[in-house]
Amino acid sequence: MSLLRIPTPLRPYTQGQKQIMVEGRTVAEALQSLARQFPAIEPHLFDETGALRSYVNVFLNDEDVRTLQGSATPIGEEDRIMILPSIAGGAHER
Amino acid sequence: MTLVIPPYLLNAIHAHAASSYPDEGAGFILGTVQDAKRIARAVLPQANNFESSMRRRRYSISPQDMLQAEREAHAMGLEIIGIFHSHPDHPAMPSEYDREHSLPWFLYLITCVDGGRVIESRVWRLREDRSAFNEVPFDIETPIPCKETL
Repeated sequence: MSLLRIPTPLRPYTQGQKQIMVEGRTVAEALQSLARQFPAIEPHLFDETGALRSYVNVFLNDEDVRTLQGSATPIGEEDRIMILPSIAGGAHER
Repeated sequence: MTLVIPPYLLNAIHAHAASSYPDEGAGFILGTVQDAKRIARAVLPQANNFESSMRRRRYSISPQDMLQAEREAHAMGLEIIGIFHSHPDHPAMPSEYDREHSLPWFLYLITCVDGGRVIESRVWRLREDRSAFNEVPFDIETPIPCKETL
């Protein structure tokens, strides 16, 4: 079991909890464990094809997992995992 | 849901929107949640990290900046209640790109800037099913009068 930190905008889907214990040996498995415990969070983490939404970033001990092995990055029980949304938007294209 | 914002914070958002023109400018709105009201207490303008050639139509704030803003909010006893950004020469209405990148918990304040001049701001919230935005009313908080000192 590893500890996963939930950012403020996703806490409504974890009953207000800031940290959740998740199962799994990789980042992908940890996120699936989170979604199993709190199904309402799923559409905000994954798109219709099941891919992680582009604004969802996962940090392992303060390192972006994209710089490690992505969602296949292995995790241990002592690791701190954190979901952080990147914020983006913009006007209509002309 | 209503956003309550004091005039000096709305002015700060508008100043950032105007100074960022012709690019989009963005940042965080910090505050408190009281029942159906979100009360703004500070704003944190951020750098637009989108690729420079696209900044007239796009903005991006890095996850590291998001984390830093969360820490600053926590230190002030506040939380991030919303995101502000500008639409240069475009209405203060969310785009499809905004919808794809938004989260229902945040309020999104969008400012229309026309030729460098701020026209208006409107506030939006993404529906839970992510299908569209609903407009959210915002109240400009009446400032407490300065006390006279002798």
